[in-house]
Amino acid sequence: MSDAIAAFLFVAGGFFCMVAGIGLIRLNDVFARMHAATKAGTLGLGLICIAVMVKAESLLHVAEALFVFLFMIASAPVGSHLIGRASWRTRVPMDPNTQIDPDCSMFRRNRAR
Amino acid sequence: MIIESTASGLLGNALSLTVLFLVVALLAAAYRLIAGPTLSDRVVALDLISMLLVVFLVVFKMISGVNAYIYVAIGLALISFLATVAFAHYIDRTEGDSDE
Repeated sequence: MSDAIAAFLFVAGGFFCMVAGIGLIRLNDVFARMHAATKAGTLGLGLICIAVMVKAESLLHVAEALFVFLFMIASAPVGSHLIGRASWRTRVPMDPNTQIDPDCSMFRRNRAR
Repeated sequence: MIIESTASGLLGNALSLTVLFLVVALLAAAYRLIAGPTLSDRVVALDLISMLLVVFLVVFKMISGVNAYIYVAIGLALISFLATVAFAHYIDRTEGDSDE
């Protein structure tokens, strides 16, 4: 039974890592690509670490896999935010369809209709 | 040195499929690393590649049954975060000069 659960979690984690790679190719500008790489990649890493925890032999191995997972979900958003801020400051070109709304005048306008 | 897989059956097939997915993701990230139009694209691709290497080491710990690989994954996770921070400062410093 634990084999089946671990196998499912491994395949799901690998699939989400592949989704991150495909998103890096198909999305249009840096900010969208960063979104794909960080979120889908972290989800894949988390699923694979949980799969390793399911198949671990002792509590120490569970703790090591948990440490990898916790460190990556702590550091991946910080690194992604730093890259995004640097890209914004150096005026990396955005996708032409990007709409910027500084005073939130369109916020909840579409939903009220 | 030949590393024999300790997992077989359903789990062994699942691990093979996972490695195949990871290779596809690595090729996609390598394409973006080579063809990315801006420096930020390349840094994002490098960030994803280092995260995929951590994932691959965790999977390889399961394939080989050698527990030491997860220590390598912990070390690589620490180093890749430092690399991302350093590259972000590099982007800020190089291309920001022309605008200010």
